[in-house]
Amino acid sequence: MTTTTLTTASGVTNVELTDDGFFVDPSVWTEEMVPELAAREGIATLTDGHWQVVRFMRSEYLTKGTGPSVRALGKTSGVSVKDLYALFPKGPAKIAARVAGIPKPKGCI
Amino acid sequence: MTHRIVILGGGTGGTLTANRLRRRYSTDEAEIVVVDQDDRHIYQPGLLFVPFGLTHAEDIVRPRGRQLHDGITYHQSAIDAVDTATNQVTLVDGTVLSYDVLVVATGTTLVPDETEGLTGDGWMEKVFTFYDLEGASALEGALAAFDGGRLVVNVIDMPIKCPVAPLEFCFLADWYFTERKIRDRVQITYVTPLDNAFTKPVAAQQLAGMLAEKHIELVTEFNTGEVDGTDGKIVSYDGREVPFDLAVVIPAHGGADFVGRSEGLGDELNFVPTDKRTLQSHAAPNVFVIGDAADVPTSKAGSVTHFEGDVLVENIVHFLAGEELEPVFDGHANCFIETGFHKALLIDFNYDTEPLTGHFPTKVGLPLLKETRLNHLGKLMFQWFYWHTLLPGRDIPGIGSHMPTSGKTPVSAP
Repeated sequence: MTTTTLTTASGVTNVELTDDGFFVDPSVWTEEMVPELAAREGIATLTDGHWQVVRFMRSEYLTKGTGPSVRALGKTSGVSVKDLYALFPKGPAKIAARVAGIPKPKGCI
Repeated sequence: MTHRIVILGGGTGGTLTANRLRRRYSTDEAEIVVVDQDDRHIYQPGLLFVPFGLTHAEDIVRPRGRQLHDGITYHQSAIDAVDTATNQVTLVDGTVLSYDVLVVATGTTLVPDETEGLTGDGWMEKVFTFYDLEGASALEGALAAFDGGRLVVNVIDMPIKCPVAPLEFCFLADWYFTERKIRDRVQITYVTPLDNAFTKPVAAQQLAGMLAEKHIELVTEFNTGEVDGTDGKIVSYDGREVPFDLAVVIPAHGGADFVGRSEGLGDELNFVPTDKRTLQSHAAPNVFVIGDAADVPTSKAGSVTHFEGDVLVENIVHFLAGEELEPVFDGHANCFIETGFHKALLIDFNYDTEPLTGHFPTKVGLPLLKETRLNHLGKLMFQWFYWHTLLPGRDIPGIGSHMPTSGKTPVSAP
């Protein structure tokens, strides 16, 4: 676990991240943190597409308790799997989960 | 009043549930109907052995109806949809079945069409799956004709049935080509969307080590976007390519199609959201789910279905008696992993405990997470237990539905 300092429009906040970069406490996440979290994942310019996916991940997590897999995301988010990879080339489910401040999506067993 | 119980699916879960319920209720107390679209009950663990000529299609298929006890009606038809509001199932042959309790036991469906190119050029010529009987049988010929080159085993996406089977396929391929004395001419590569050889850390580390020992290359975090049978390569969504001369692909899995046609029953992949402890669906209190059809967070495997059967039947009895359900299913799974050269290892785990070393079911039992000949014999013997003990709904002596802990060695995950 590491403490990471994020700079947002309203100031500086410390958040706890797991070793692989996911929020320890998803409730401390705010939309203000998204630009910096995205930049840390190599996303310099946030498009509407990024926001659509991040907000969708967040609402799925809040209703279901876990983030969706890429395939489920492709079927339900309104963004195709191909486009999801264009937005988050290093892995949509994982990267979007980090940016959306939710835990690592549970891999299937 | 006679209870009317309709069971959708005459595979492992549907058959053992029907037979257990038949013993619990007299024919006056309950009418039991099992529905399936065909009359071929396949011993699915046998599919792994078909491509290597170690078993044959006719040895692993039996009629579904004949696995059911007397007093159970077997109705052969595809299912159109379930209406949980009126407690009715409509079948494709036009029959409408009303139920007091419905059991969904329709397993998973392979969806190869979800992957670009998978069923295009080269399908069943140089691109195969062993996850159905036709594919496994066709692959036998292709493997026999293969005299060197790149063999790629690729899991498209999780969840899949029996998540260890693709690894077992790699181990058996290593053995098979060694026996044929051409192992040095065959490059075997295992390509997975996971970040290691398997999901559970202790077992994953052990299995990754075994791949390395057997000179099987491991490619991780590979999300296949396209299978190109013409040029012989699989391409990931992030642009990586793995070339092949022969590809063995495990297609993406979904739930049964009728689940998608049934309002409110399934999720986006057609699996049925289910309480992981009681096995009652979230769709309606009188709808229960067993086996691969459920979205519960454990392996999609026959052993899980077997262990669920006990809890499921007790909870159906509680439900029909107006009693509270028992939240007691622990996610128990138990898998023999065939590793080639007449050896196998055994893993045993549940929702909370990952596969550990030690012995099963007690300190004097089969060795866990260790390659032995005894485990290989256990795997072979299991087919007899399947037809004669598991499907009839009897317990296997000494093996209860809950995961035993007495023989296990606790370790901290790496």
